[in-house]
Amino acid sequence: MLTEFGKIFVFILLAAVFVVVAIFASKLIRPARPTKEKLLTYECGENPEGSPWIKFNIRFYVVALIFLIFDVEVVLLFPWALAYKDYGLSGFLVGAIFLLVLGLGMAYEWRKGDLEWARPVINPPVIKKQPYVKEVASQISADDNQTVLQDQEI
Amino acid sequence: MSPLLQTIIITVVVLLVLMTIAANLIWVERRMLALWQDRLGPNRVGPLGLVQVVADMVKIFFKEDWIPKFADRPVFFIAPTIVIITVLMSFAVIPFAPGISVVNLNVGLLFFLAMSSLGVYSVVLGGWSSNNKYSLLGSLRAAAQMISYEVFMGLSLMGVVILAGSFNLNDIVEAQGRITWFFIPQILGFFVFFLAGIAETHRLPFDLPEAESELISGFHSEYSGMKFGMFFVGEYLGITLISSMIVTLFFGGWLGPSFLPPVVWFLLKMAVFILIFVLLRAALPRPRYDQLMSYGWKFLLPLSLLNLVVTGLVVLLLK
Repeated sequence: MLTEFGKIFVFILLAAVFVVVAIFASKLIRPARPTKEKLLTYECGENPEGSPWIKFNIRFYVVALIFLIFDVEVVLLFPWALAYKDYGLSGFLVGAIFLLVLGLGMAYEWRKGDLEWARPVINPPVIKKQPYVKEVASQISADDNQTVLQDQEI
Repeated sequence: MSPLLQTIIITVVVLLVLMTIAANLIWVERRMLALWQDRLGPNRVGPLGLVQVVADMVKIFFKEDWIPKFADRPVFFIAPTIVIITVLMSFAVIPFAPGISVVNLNVGLLFFLAMSSLGVYSVVLGGWSSNNKYSLLGSLRAAAQMISYEVFMGLSLMGVVILAGSFNLNDIVEAQGRITWFFIPQILGFFVFFLAGIAETHRLPFDLPEAESELISGFHSEYSGMKFGMFFVGEYLGITLISSMIVTLFFGGWLGPSFLPPVVWFLLKMAVFILIFVLLRAALPRPRYDQLMSYGWKFLLPLSLLNLVVTGLVVLLLK
Protein backbone atom coordinates (compact mmCIF):
# COMPACT_ATOMS: atom_id res chain seq x y z
CA MET A 1 0.00 0.00 0.00
CA LEU A 2 1.40 3.33 -1.04
CA THR A 3 0.54 6.34 1.13
CA GLU A 4 0.36 9.87 -0.29
CA PHE A 5 3.78 10.71 1.11
CA GLY A 6 5.06 7.49 -0.41
CA LYS A 7 3.94 8.79 -3.80
CA ILE A 8 5.82 12.00 -3.09
CA PHE A 9 8.93 9.98 -2.32
CA VAL A 10 8.58 8.21 -5.69
CA PHE A 11 8.20 11.63 -7.31
CA ILE A 12 11.38 12.94 -5.63
CA LEU A 13 13.35 9.90 -6.77
CA LEU A 14 12.14 10.16 -10.36
CA ALA A 15 12.75 13.91 -10.51
CA ALA A 16 16.27 13.45 -9.13
CA VAL A 17 17.00 10.67 -11.63
CA PHE A 18 15.69 12.90 -14.42
CA VAL A 19 17.97 15.80 -13.46
CA VAL A 20 21.06 13.70 -12.82
CA VAL A 21 20.62 11.81 -16.11
CA ALA A 22 20.32 15.10 -17.98
CA ILE A 23 23.56 16.39 -16.47
CA PHE A 24 25.52 13.17 -16.99
CA ALA A 25 24.23 12.64 -20.53
CA SER A 26 25.70 16.01 -21.48
CA LYS A 27 28.93 15.02 -19.72
CA LEU A 28 29.34 12.11 -22.14
CA ILE A 29 29.15 14.15 -25.34
CA ARG A 30 30.46 17.58 -24.47
CA PRO A 31 34.06 18.62 -24.97
CA ALA A 32 36.32 19.34 -21.99
CA ARG A 33 39.34 21.45 -22.92
CA PRO A 34 40.14 23.63 -19.92
CA THR A 35 42.84 26.25 -20.29
CA LYS A 36 44.37 28.46 -17.67
CA GLU A 37 42.43 31.50 -18.84
CA LYS A 38 39.11 29.66 -18.91
CA LEU A 39 39.55 28.57 -15.31
CA LEU A 40 39.94 32.12 -14.02
CA THR A 41 37.13 33.66 -12.04
CA TYR A 42 34.99 35.81 -14.28
CA GLU A 43 35.52 39.46 -13.56
CA CYS A 44 34.64 41.22 -16.81
CA GLY A 45 37.81 39.97 -18.50
CA GLU A 46 40.21 41.45 -15.97
CA ASN A 47 42.46 39.34 -13.77
CA PRO A 48 40.51 38.66 -10.57
CA GLU A 49 41.48 41.04 -7.82
CA GLY A 50 41.67 39.89 -4.20
CA SER A 51 39.52 37.31 -2.46
CA PRO A 52 35.97 36.63 -3.66
CA TRP A 53 34.85 36.51 -0.01
CA ILE A 54 34.09 40.19 0.10
CA LYS A 55 32.56 42.01 3.03
CA PHE A 56 28.86 42.47 2.50
CA ASN A 57 26.25 44.75 3.92
CA ILE A 58 25.16 43.94 7.48
CA ARG A 59 21.58 44.67 6.38
CA PHE A 60 21.33 41.21 4.81
CA TYR A 61 21.89 39.77 8.26
CA VAL A 62 19.21 41.98 9.83
CA VAL A 63 16.74 40.94 7.11
CA ALA A 64 17.44 37.30 7.90
CA LEU A 65 16.76 37.93 11.61
CA ILE A 66 13.50 39.75 10.92
CA PHE A 67 12.46 36.96 8.58
CA LEU A 68 13.13 34.38 11.27
CA ILE A 69 10.93 36.21 13.77
CA PHE A 70 8.10 36.82 11.34
CA ASP A 71 8.09 33.40 9.77
CA VAL A 72 7.80 31.66 13.12
CA GLU A 73 4.92 33.94 14.04
CA VAL A 74 3.22 33.42 10.69
CA VAL A 75 3.42 29.65 11.06
CA LEU A 76 1.21 29.99 14.15
CA LEU A 77 -1.48 31.55 11.95
CA PHE A 78 -1.71 28.57 9.59
CA PRO A 79 -3.62 26.21 11.93
CA TRP A 80 -5.65 29.19 13.16
CA ALA A 81 -6.85 29.89 9.61
CA LEU A 82 -7.69 26.22 9.06
CA ALA A 83 -9.88 25.94 12.15
CA TYR A 84 -11.27 29.49 11.97
CA LYS A 85 -14.85 28.65 10.98
CA ASP A 86 -15.31 26.34 13.98
CA TYR A 87 -14.63 28.95 16.65
CA GLY A 88 -16.68 32.02 15.76
CA LEU A 89 -16.10 35.24 17.69
CA SER A 90 -13.58 33.81 20.18
CA GLY A 91 -11.48 32.54 17.28
CA PHE A 92 -11.53 35.95 15.65
CA LEU A 93 -10.55 37.71 18.89
CA VAL A 94 -7.64 35.36 19.50
CA GLY A 95 -6.40 35.88 15.97
CA ALA A 96 -6.90 39.64 16.15
CA ILE A 97 -4.91 39.90 19.39
CA PHE A 98 -2.12 37.83 17.88
CA LEU A 99 -2.08 39.97 14.75
CA LEU A 100 -2.03 43.08 16.95
CA VAL A 101 1.09 41.83 18.72
CA LEU A 102 2.60 41.00 15.34
CA GLY A 103 1.72 44.47 14.08
CA LEU A 104 3.24 46.09 17.19
CA GLY A 105 6.45 44.15 16.63
CA MET A 106 6.51 45.32 13.05
CA ALA A 107 5.83 48.91 14.04
CA TYR A 108 8.74 48.73 16.47
CA GLU A 109 11.09 47.41 13.80
CA TRP A 110 9.88 50.05 11.37
CA ARG A 111 10.35 52.83 13.95
CA LYS A 112 13.84 51.56 14.79
CA GLY A 113 14.75 51.71 11.12
CA ASP A 114 15.47 48.02 10.68
CA LEU A 115 13.29 47.86 7.59
CA GLU A 116 15.28 50.62 5.92
CA TRP A 117 18.01 49.68 3.54
CA ALA A 118 21.39 51.31 4.18
CA ARG A 119 21.65 54.64 2.47
CA PRO A 120 24.53 57.05 2.18
CA VAL A 121 24.09 59.86 4.70
CA ILE A 122 24.33 63.10 2.81
CA ASN A 123 26.00 65.95 4.69
CA PRO A 124 26.13 68.87 2.27
CA PRO A 125 29.06 71.14 3.07
CA VAL A 126 27.98 74.38 4.69
CA ILE A 127 29.11 77.39 2.66
CA LYS A 128 29.82 80.41 4.79
CA LYS A 129 28.93 83.70 3.28
CA GLN A 130 32.00 85.77 2.67
CA PRO A 131 31.56 89.37 1.64
CA TYR A 132 34.40 89.51 -0.85
CA VAL A 133 33.12 86.62 -2.93
CA LYS A 134 30.40 88.72 -4.47
CA GLU A 135 32.75 91.54 -5.43
CA VAL A 136 35.22 89.18 -7.04
CA ALA A 137 32.44 87.41 -8.87
CA SER A 138 31.00 90.65 -10.23
CA GLN A 139 34.47 91.77 -11.31
CA ILE A 140 35.03 88.53 -13.17
CA SER A 141 31.71 88.71 -14.91
CA ALA A 142 32.38 92.32 -15.81
CA ASP A 143 35.72 91.32 -17.29
CA ASP A 144 34.01 88.55 -19.22
CA ASN A 145 31.48 90.99 -20.64
CA GLN A 146 34.23 93.32 -21.74
CA THR A 147 36.14 90.57 -23.49
CA VAL A 148 32.97 89.41 -25.19
CA LEU A 149 32.23 92.92 -26.37
CA GLN A 150 35.77 93.30 -27.63
CA ASP A 151 35.48 90.06 -29.55
CA GLN A 152 32.30 91.23 -31.17
CA GLU A 153 33.82 94.54 -32.16
CA ILE A 154 36.68 92.80 -33.87
CA MET B 1 -2.54 -2.12 -11.99
CA SER B 2 -0.51 -1.84 -8.83
CA PRO B 3 -0.61 1.58 -7.18
CA LEU B 4 3.18 1.89 -7.38
CA LEU B 5 3.21 1.42 -11.15
CA GLN B 6 0.30 3.83 -11.52
CA THR B 7 2.14 6.48 -9.49
CA ILE B 8 5.28 6.01 -11.55
CA ILE B 9 3.36 6.39 -14.82
CA ILE B 10 1.53 9.55 -13.65
CA THR B 11 4.80 10.99 -12.34
CA VAL B 12 6.68 10.36 -15.56
CA VAL B 13 3.86 11.85 -17.65
CA VAL B 14 3.67 14.94 -15.43
CA LEU B 15 7.46 15.36 -15.52
CA LEU B 16 7.62 15.07 -19.31
CA VAL B 17 4.69 17.45 -19.88
CA LEU B 18 6.16 19.99 -17.48
CA MET B 19 9.60 19.90 -19.04
CA THR B 20 8.05 20.30 -22.50
CA ILE B 21 5.97 23.25 -21.34
CA ALA B 22 8.93 24.89 -19.61
CA ALA B 23 11.22 24.43 -22.60
CA ASN B 24 8.64 25.79 -25.02
CA LEU B 25 8.05 28.75 -22.76
CA ILE B 26 11.49 29.96 -23.77
CA TRP B 27 10.22 30.22 -27.35
CA VAL B 28 6.91 31.74 -26.23
CA GLU B 29 8.65 34.36 -24.15
CA ARG B 30 11.09 35.36 -26.88
CA ARG B 31 8.36 35.59 -29.51
CA MET B 32 5.99 37.56 -27.29
CA LEU B 33 8.74 39.93 -26.13
CA ALA B 34 9.63 40.48 -29.77
CA LEU B 35 5.99 41.20 -30.59
CA TRP B 36 5.67 43.74 -27.79
CA GLN B 37 9.02 45.35 -28.55
CA ASP B 38 8.32 45.57 -32.30
CA ARG B 39 10.93 43.01 -33.35
CA LEU B 40 10.72 39.65 -35.09
CA GLY B 41 12.19 37.27 -32.53
CA PRO B 42 13.40 33.75 -33.35
CA ASN B 43 11.62 32.78 -36.60
CA ARG B 44 14.20 30.87 -38.64
CA VAL B 45 14.37 27.37 -37.16
CA GLY B 46 11.32 25.46 -38.37
CA PRO B 47 7.82 26.91 -38.84
CA LEU B 48 7.52 30.15 -36.82
CA GLY B 49 10.81 29.27 -35.18
CA LEU B 50 9.15 26.53 -33.16
CA VAL B 51 12.15 24.18 -33.34
CA GLN B 52 14.35 26.87 -31.78
CA VAL B 53 13.92 25.12 -28.43
CA VAL B 54 15.34 21.88 -29.78
CA ALA B 55 18.26 23.76 -31.30
CA ASP B 56 18.91 25.48 -27.97
CA MET B 57 18.77 22.19 -26.09
CA VAL B 58 21.22 20.55 -28.52
CA LYS B 59 23.53 23.52 -28.14
CA ILE B 60 23.38 23.38 -24.34
CA PHE B 61 24.06 19.64 -24.40
CA PHE B 62 27.22 20.11 -26.47
CA LYS B 63 28.53 23.10 -24.52
CA GLU B 64 31.67 22.67 -22.53
CA ASP B 65 30.58 22.52 -18.91
CA TRP B 66 33.52 23.18 -16.69
CA ILE B 67 33.48 23.32 -12.94
CA PRO B 68 35.87 26.11 -12.00
CA LYS B 69 38.93 24.89 -10.12
CA PHE B 70 38.39 27.22 -7.20
CA ALA B 71 34.75 26.23 -6.73
CA ASP B 72 33.30 23.94 -4.10
CA ARG B 73 32.61 21.00 -6.42
CA PRO B 74 29.79 19.05 -4.72
CA VAL B 75 27.92 22.19 -3.74
CA PHE B 76 28.43 23.63 -7.20
CA PHE B 77 26.86 20.48 -8.65
CA ILE B 78 23.98 20.24 -6.17
CA ALA B 79 22.73 23.84 -6.53
CA PRO B 80 21.16 23.58 -10.02
CA THR B 81 19.59 20.21 -9.24
CA ILE B 82 17.88 21.67 -6.17
CA VAL B 83 16.16 24.37 -8.19
CA ILE B 84 14.62 21.87 -10.62
CA ILE B 85 13.70 19.25 -8.04
CA THR B 86 12.00 21.62 -5.59
CA VAL B 87 9.93 23.26 -8.30
CA LEU B 88 8.93 19.91 -9.77
CA MET B 89 8.00 18.68 -6.29
CA SER B 90 5.53 21.52 -5.89
CA PHE B 91 3.71 20.34 -9.00
CA ALA B 92 2.99 17.04 -7.27
CA VAL B 93 0.14 18.55 -5.26
CA ILE B 94 -1.52 20.64 -7.98
CA PRO B 95 -4.82 19.20 -9.22
CA PHE B 96 -4.90 19.56 -13.01
CA ALA B 97 -8.43 18.15 -13.23
CA PRO B 98 -10.74 16.26 -10.83
CA GLY B 99 -8.77 13.20 -9.81
CA ILE B 100 -5.72 14.04 -11.94
CA SER B 101 -2.88 14.98 -9.65
CA VAL B 102 0.18 13.09 -8.57
CA VAL B 103 -0.87 13.13 -4.93
CA ASN B 104 -4.03 14.22 -3.13
CA LEU B 105 -2.29 15.59 -0.07
CA ASN B 106 -4.29 16.96 2.86
CA VAL B 107 -1.54 19.52 3.58
CA GLY B 108 -0.98 20.38 -0.10
CA LEU B 109 -0.76 24.13 0.44
CA LEU B 110 1.83 23.75 3.21
CA PHE B 111 3.78 21.38 0.98
CA PHE B 112 3.85 23.98 -1.77
CA LEU B 113 5.07 26.66 0.65
CA ALA B 114 7.75 24.37 2.06
CA MET B 115 9.05 23.46 -1.38
CA SER B 116 9.11 27.05 -2.59
CA SER B 117 11.12 27.96 0.53
CA LEU B 118 13.65 25.24 -0.24
CA GLY B 119 14.27 26.91 -3.59
CA VAL B 120 16.30 29.56 -1.76
CA TYR B 121 19.04 27.00 -1.14
CA SER B 122 19.79 26.55 -4.83
CA VAL B 123 20.44 30.25 -5.24
CA VAL B 124 22.47 30.65 -2.06
CA LEU B 125 24.58 27.53 -2.59
CA GLY B 126 25.09 28.29 -6.28
CA GLY B 127 26.26 31.81 -5.64
CA TRP B 128 28.40 30.89 -2.65
CA SER B 129 30.18 27.94 -4.26
CA SER B 130 31.14 29.70 -7.50
CA ASN B 131 33.76 31.75 -5.67
CA ASN B 132 32.94 34.89 -7.60
CA LYS B 133 32.17 38.34 -6.27
CA TYR B 134 29.22 38.91 -8.56
CA SER B 135 27.76 35.53 -7.71
CA LEU B 136 28.13 36.12 -3.99
CA LEU B 137 26.41 39.51 -4.20
CA GLY B 138 23.68 38.10 -6.43
CA SER B 139 23.00 35.18 -4.14
CA LEU B 140 22.87 37.41 -1.07
CA ARG B 141 20.40 39.67 -2.77
CA ALA B 142 18.36 36.69 -3.92
CA ALA B 143 18.32 35.16 -0.45
CA ALA B 144 17.21 38.40 1.22
CA GLN B 145 14.58 39.00 -1.44
CA MET B 146 13.18 35.48 -1.39
CA ILE B 147 12.97 35.11 2.38
CA SER B 148 11.38 38.56 2.67
CA TYR B 149 8.68 37.83 0.12
CA GLU B 150 8.11 34.34 1.50
CA VAL B 151 6.73 35.69 4.79
CA PHE B 152 3.66 37.23 3.23
CA MET B 153 3.42 34.70 0.42
CA GLY B 154 2.21 32.26 3.05
CA LEU B 155 0.26 34.94 4.90
CA SER B 156 -1.65 36.04 1.78
CA LEU B 157 -2.91 32.49 1.24
CA MET B 158 -4.45 32.22 4.71
CA GLY B 159 -7.51 34.15 3.54
CA VAL B 160 -8.10 31.38 1.00
CA VAL B 161 -7.66 28.78 3.73
CA ILE B 162 -10.22 30.55 5.94
CA LEU B 163 -12.77 30.59 3.11
CA ALA B 164 -12.17 27.00 1.99
CA GLY B 165 -11.47 25.55 5.46
CA SER B 166 -8.83 23.21 4.08
CA PHE B 167 -5.20 22.95 3.03
CA ASN B 168 -6.07 20.38 0.37
CA LEU B 169 -5.88 21.96 -3.08
CA ASN B 170 -8.66 19.72 -4.41
CA ASP B 171 -10.96 20.93 -1.62
CA ILE B 172 -9.97 24.53 -2.31
CA VAL B 173 -10.94 24.23 -5.98
CA GLU B 174 -14.23 22.55 -5.09
CA ALA B 175 -14.97 25.25 -2.50
CA GLN B 176 -14.54 27.81 -5.29
CA GLY B 177 -17.22 25.93 -7.22
CA ARG B 178 -19.57 26.31 -4.23
CA ILE B 179 -18.80 29.89 -3.18
CA THR B 180 -17.20 31.88 -6.00
CA TRP B 181 -13.76 32.16 -7.51
CA PHE B 182 -11.59 33.38 -4.67
CA PHE B 183 -10.06 36.32 -6.51
CA ILE B 184 -13.27 38.25 -5.86
CA PRO B 185 -13.34 38.01 -2.04
CA GLN B 186 -9.54 37.71 -1.87
CA ILE B 187 -8.48 40.40 -4.32
CA LEU B 188 -5.86 41.71 -1.89
CA GLY B 189 -4.57 38.22 -1.22
CA PHE B 190 -4.34 37.59 -4.96
CA PHE B 191 -2.45 40.83 -5.48
CA VAL B 192 0.06 40.07 -2.71
CA PHE B 193 0.51 36.45 -3.79
CA PHE B 194 1.09 37.41 -7.41
CA LEU B 195 3.78 39.97 -6.53
CA ALA B 196 5.39 37.58 -4.04
CA GLY B 197 5.37 34.92 -6.74
CA ILE B 198 7.21 37.19 -9.15
CA ALA B 199 9.78 37.93 -6.47
CA GLU B 200 10.16 34.25 -5.55
CA THR B 201 10.89 33.27 -9.14
CA HIS B 202 13.05 36.40 -9.44
CA ARG B 203 11.50 37.42 -12.71
CA LEU B 204 11.50 40.92 -14.04
CA PRO B 205 10.68 43.47 -12.68
CA PHE B 206 12.00 41.85 -9.46
CA ASP B 207 15.08 40.20 -11.00
CA LEU B 208 17.56 42.12 -8.88
CA PRO B 209 19.58 38.96 -8.09
CA GLU B 210 20.35 38.51 -11.79
CA ALA B 211 20.40 42.11 -12.98
CA GLU B 212 22.49 41.73 -16.12
CA SER B 213 23.72 45.27 -16.26
CA GLU B 214 25.20 45.33 -12.75
CA LEU B 215 25.78 41.73 -11.63
CA ILE B 216 26.32 39.84 -14.92
CA SER B 217 23.44 37.44 -14.22
CA GLY B 218 24.34 37.23 -10.53
CA PHE B 219 24.32 33.86 -8.84
CA HIS B 220 24.77 31.81 -12.03
CA SER B 221 27.47 33.78 -13.81
CA GLU B 222 29.99 30.96 -13.35
CA TYR B 223 27.62 28.25 -14.58
CA SER B 224 27.73 26.91 -18.10
CA GLY B 225 26.44 24.06 -20.20
CA MET B 226 23.75 21.80 -18.78
CA LYS B 227 24.01 23.21 -15.27
CA PHE B 228 23.19 26.66 -16.61
CA GLY B 229 20.38 24.99 -18.56
CA MET B 230 19.00 23.70 -15.27
CA PHE B 231 18.82 27.23 -13.82
CA PHE B 232 17.33 28.47 -17.06
CA VAL B 233 14.61 25.80 -17.29
CA GLY B 234 14.06 26.12 -13.54
CA GLU B 235 13.10 29.75 -13.99
CA TYR B 236 10.44 28.85 -16.56
CA LEU B 237 9.23 25.95 -14.42
CA GLY B 238 8.89 28.49 -11.62
CA ILE B 239 6.72 30.72 -13.81
CA THR B 240 4.55 27.74 -14.70
CA LEU B 241 4.29 26.79 -11.03
CA ILE B 242 3.28 30.25 -9.83
CA SER B 243 0.76 30.58 -12.68
CA SER B 244 -0.82 27.23 -11.88
CA MET B 245 -0.94 28.04 -8.16
CA ILE B 246 -2.69 31.34 -8.93
CA VAL B 247 -5.18 29.48 -11.11
CA THR B 248 -5.75 26.80 -8.48
CA LEU B 249 -6.12 29.13 -5.53
CA PHE B 250 -7.81 32.20 -6.96
CA PHE B 251 -9.25 31.42 -10.40
CA GLY B 252 -11.15 28.20 -9.84
CA GLY B 253 -8.57 25.68 -11.02
CA TRP B 254 -10.16 23.32 -13.52
CA LEU B 255 -13.65 24.86 -13.14
CA GLY B 256 -15.27 26.34 -16.20
CA PRO B 257 -18.23 25.97 -18.58
CA SER B 258 -18.61 22.34 -19.62
CA PHE B 259 -18.02 22.68 -23.38
CA LEU B 260 -14.32 22.19 -22.77
CA PRO B 261 -12.77 19.46 -20.60
CA PRO B 262 -11.44 20.57 -17.18
CA VAL B 263 -7.77 20.07 -18.07
CA VAL B 264 -8.13 22.45 -21.00
CA TRP B 265 -9.66 25.10 -18.75
CA PHE B 266 -6.78 24.71 -16.34
CA LEU B 267 -4.17 25.02 -19.09
CA LEU B 268 -5.93 27.99 -20.70
CA LYS B 269 -6.05 29.94 -17.44
CA MET B 270 -2.44 29.02 -16.76
CA ALA B 271 -1.41 30.27 -20.20
CA VAL B 272 -3.06 33.63 -19.51
CA PHE B 273 -0.99 34.11 -16.36
CA ILE B 274 2.19 33.00 -18.08
CA LEU B 275 1.57 35.65 -20.73
CA ILE B 276 1.02 38.23 -17.98
CA PHE B 277 4.44 37.29 -16.59
CA VAL B 278 5.99 37.90 -20.01
CA LEU B 279 4.07 41.15 -20.48
CA LEU B 280 5.35 42.40 -17.11
CA ARG B 281 8.88 41.71 -18.30
CA ALA B 282 8.26 43.65 -21.48
CA ALA B 283 6.52 46.56 -19.80
CA LEU B 284 8.19 47.38 -16.49
CA PRO B 285 11.63 48.70 -15.58
CA ARG B 286 13.63 47.21 -12.74
CA PRO B 287 13.35 48.96 -9.35
CA ARG B 288 16.26 49.72 -7.04
CA TYR B 289 17.08 47.09 -4.41
CA ASP B 290 16.09 49.20 -1.42
CA GLN B 291 12.81 50.06 -3.17
CA LEU B 292 12.13 46.35 -3.63
CA MET B 293 12.79 45.53 0.02
CA SER B 294 10.81 48.42 1.45
CA TYR B 295 7.94 47.68 -0.94
CA GLY B 296 7.80 44.18 0.45
CA TRP B 297 8.18 44.88 4.15
CA LYS B 298 6.36 48.20 4.40
CA PHE B 299 3.55 47.76 1.89
CA LEU B 300 2.83 44.12 1.06
CA LEU B 301 3.30 42.72 4.58
CA PRO B 302 0.84 45.16 6.26
CA LEU B 303 -1.49 44.62 3.31
CA SER B 304 -1.54 40.87 3.81
CA LEU B 305 -2.11 41.28 7.57
CA LEU B 306 -4.99 43.65 6.80
CA ASN B 307 -6.38 41.16 4.29
CA LEU B 308 -6.37 38.44 6.93
CA VAL B 309 -8.21 40.58 9.52
CA VAL B 310 -10.79 41.79 6.99
CA THR B 311 -11.41 38.27 5.69
CA GLY B 312 -11.84 36.97 9.24
CA LEU B 313 -14.25 39.78 10.11
CA VAL B 314 -16.36 39.33 6.97
CA VAL B 315 -16.56 35.56 7.39
CA LEU B 316 -17.62 36.10 11.02
CA LEU B 317 -20.31 38.63 10.11
CA LEU B 318 -21.75 36.60 7.23
CA LYS B 319 -22.11 33.47 9.34
